[in-house]
Amino acid sequence: MIAIIDYGVGNLFSLKSSFAAIGQEAVVTSDPAVIASADRLILPGVGAFGDAAQKLRDTGMAEVVKEQAALGKPMMGICLGMQLLFDKSCEYGEHEGLGLIHGNIRPISEVIERGLKIPHIGWNALNFKKPSKLFKYISEGDCVYFVHSYYAADCAESTTATAEYSAELTASVENGNVYGCQFHPEKSGDVGLNILRAFCEI
Amino acid sequence: MITKRIIPCLDVKNGRVVKGVNFEGLSDVASPVELAKYYSSCGADELVFYDITASAEGRALFTDILTETARCVFIPLTVGGGINTVADFDRVLKCGADKVSVNSGAIRNPDLVYEAAKLYGDQCVVISADVKRVDGEFRVFAKGGRVDTGMEAIGWIKRCVDNGAGEVVLNSIDTDGVKGGFDIEMLDAVCRVVNVPVIASGGAGKIDDFLSLFQTLPKVDAGLAASIFHFGEVKIADLKRAMADSGIPTRL
Repeated sequence: MIAIIDYGVGNLFSLKSSFAAIGQEAVVTSDPAVIASADRLILPGVGAFGDAAQKLRDTGMAEVVKEQAALGKPMMGICLGMQLLFDKSCEYGEHEGLGLIHGNIRPISEVIERGLKIPHIGWNALNFKKPSKLFKYISEGDCVYFVHSYYAADCAESTTATAEYSAELTASVENGNVYGCQFHPEKSGDVGLNILRAFCEI
Repeated sequence: MITKRIIPCLDVKNGRVVKGVNFEGLSDVASPVELAKYYSSCGADELVFYDITASAEGRALFTDILTETARCVFIPLTVGGGINTVADFDRVLKCGADKVSVNSGAIRNPDLVYEAAKLYGDQCVVISADVKRVDGEFRVFAKGGRVDTGMEAIGWIKRCVDNGAGEVVLNSIDTDGVKGGFDIEMLDAVCRVVNVPVIASGGAGKIDDFLSLFQTLPKVDAGLAASIFHFGEVKIADLKRAMADSGIPTRL
């Protein structure tokens, strides 16, 4: 069973449906007992980093996620959920993340060419940087769906794929049992479902 | 590089797709869910569902369909039609919509875009503008393109973007239905003043119209059409192959 961690941000309907589509049971929960009994965890997230990080702490989910990560349970952060795995973010002030992956969340405006649209929104191709179990059923150059204005920086060591938007933006990361996707696998058609399928086999 | 998006638009009334469609291998061509699945499998990059229902019963049926679609189609879903309040945003987002498109609602209530963007984020709010040339200027039309609001369009669209609209669908009433190509002049005028994705709508009749759109105006992000896809005059798989062959960044 997969636990999709519910800490009061975003709409988790599509995410839950995408697991159902690949024959996996997923529950949306904030119950530590359910999370502890799950085989895998998903940390979702949309909105602003500071607000989401605060909610994660207020609901007690930050501690739960860190405990589960230390126990070696496979977990995946998606979009803002991926960013929350990092040390800190500078989105509207400086905010602490979970520190499960080293690096910082910075505005994409710092690295992309002037005049390019922000957010980085739409389908973009994945450039593989390192082998990953997540890529078992997909190929380099496959497109996935992005919506974000901030990106993960200072994390070359954990970066497994990037997407080109005049600069190379971090698309996926991993550190041991902790995985993160900047894009939305649940909105990325068959490629996205295949990434979730691979995650369920880890 | 971000790929150019191809977006079929489905008008839904009382739970059924309005414009007649004819596809091989589709048993129920008027079922929005079946059609959405079909387009997704053909390579559509996104779907727009437009609710043209007037009754409350029809509206409830629409949200059921939305939920059912989001359960089995895993590409971005934009929903429009009858969006007048923040509560309307909430209603369709809960059913699995990713973006919400406002048109007459934003004309009636200029604060709607700002309020919705603050609550759900800019990326969630799409301003859909029906625009027509009147007396040498571009004018915003309301009520499905029937009523001239008297407002100059380019400035109005820019204000909506400044208020938080994260995307613009520009529907040219002048080229809509003519099938002679997109309204390049009007699209160019909008692209010059906004720095959010612009989706071209109205006028596509053949594959070449999409190619010349993206080649002439690289700032346009997507092409939207309805009947030419529904009637099979342009097949999405063929269109995307032609785009890729012409060097346009395309998701295949």
